[in-house]
Formats: sequence, C-alpha cells, structure tokens
Amino acid sequence: MEMFLGYFNLAAAFFVIISMVMMLGRLLGGPTLYDRLLAVNSFGTKTILFLCVFCFVINRPDGVDIALLYALMNFIATIAVLKYFNYRSLGVPLIEEQMEDSV
Amino acid sequence: MMMSLILAAASSADQGASLNIDWIGLFRTILSCASMLTGIFFVMAGTLGVLRLPDFYTRLHAAGMTDTLGAELVILGLIIQSGFTQMSLKLLLVAFFLLLTSPTATHAIANAAYKAKLNPKLGKYTAPSVDGDGS
Repeated sequence: MEMFLGYFNLAAAFFVIISMVMMLGRLLGGPTLYDRLLAVNSFGTKTILFLCVFCFVINRPDGVDIALLYALMNFIATIAVLKYFNYRSLGVPLIEEQMEDSV
Repeated sequence: MMMSLILAAASSADQGASLNIDWIGLFRTILSCASMLTGIFFVMAGTLGVLRLPDFYTRLHAAGMTDTLGAELVILGLIIQSGFTQMSLKLLLVAFFLLLTSPTATHAIANAAYKAKLNPKLGKYTAPSVDGDGS
C-alpha cells in the first residue's frame, strides 16, 4: 500500500507540473496585465501544491515549510504588483482620506 | 484497482492469521486517493479554463474558483495520508492560508481590472432583436 501511494503521489505531482506548464502559456501570451497577474497567482498556488505533494514522494517533511513560505509570499507579491500598477508607486498608503477623490 | 489494494493490504499485514486485512489503512488510502483525484481534476479544469475562455473575467472565474477548491482538496488528501503527525499540522496551516489568501487575491485582481476600466467581452450572446430579423 505504501508503494501504491508513492506511485499515486508521483502521478499527482506529474499532473500538477503539466498544469503549471499550461499556465505558462497564459502567462507569456496574456493580452492584458491582469491576465498575466492571474496566471502568476495561479502558478504560485500550483507551486505550493507541487511542493506539498513532492515532499510526500521523496518522503522528507521539509518541503511543507517552504510551501508555507510560498503561500505567504505569493499573496504579498500579488497585492504589491497590483498596488504598484494602480498608483505607480509603492509608497502610497492604501487607506487614506484623499484617495477617495483621486481614484 | 480495488482488488490490488486489498491484496497489498493483506500482504503488508501480519502473516500469522490467514487473511488479516488492514481495514483502516485501506479506508484511509481510498479516501485520500479520491480526494486527491477530485482536487487534481479541479486544478486541471481551472487551467484549461484559463487557457481557453475568451475573456479576462471568465478566466478569472475559472482560475479563482477551481484553484481554491482544487488546492484545498489535494491538501486534504495529503492530510488524510499523513495521519496525526507534525506534518499534517503544517499542511493544515498551508490549507488555512490558502483558504484565506486565494479568494482575497482573486478579488483584488478583479477589483483592479474593474477600476482600470477593462471591459468584459460582450456581444456573442446578446438577446435576439425585437424586430424579428431572425437569429
């Protein structure tokens, strides 16, 4: 049963890799900026999945910590890129009174 | 597949009895495989939707919804595989952060695209005209 689960996890990791490669198509050929951002966000989620599955394949529990780090970093990177392209600067606070008129 | 699983469970169990099947391990394996298969199906469907759908907002719908559910199901299958260990606690933490951040990031991207006046693609599925010009 252990061997079956090992092969099953390997197949799952393979399909996640295929899904990541297909997501690269939208990342490279997206018409707008937001398509690319969506592809980057989805690619990060699939990276987390691949790390979690692959450290079950190689039987080492270290990769889950890195997956946790990626889960935090992916969200912050998406929000930072969105904020930069909205305000053209990273120094603008998101909650401010005067932002209501300018947006 | 079921017969091979049962045979593997019987061979991995103690050899003293005649047919000693590890029922709990078998049940855990089947549950984990079903959950992971459903999750992988959702992940692949979301990726196909992102590649094939015609518009940004429809792509956002495909990616945002199916990625959240697919990732949660795959991590749930891994939690069932690992049992009560330290690893399952870390996986639970990863699932919690994904559940918190993935819909928020999707909403932020949709809101930014809407504020930047990115128009949805209309016109392919309009209502038929009142004049009766046909189709």
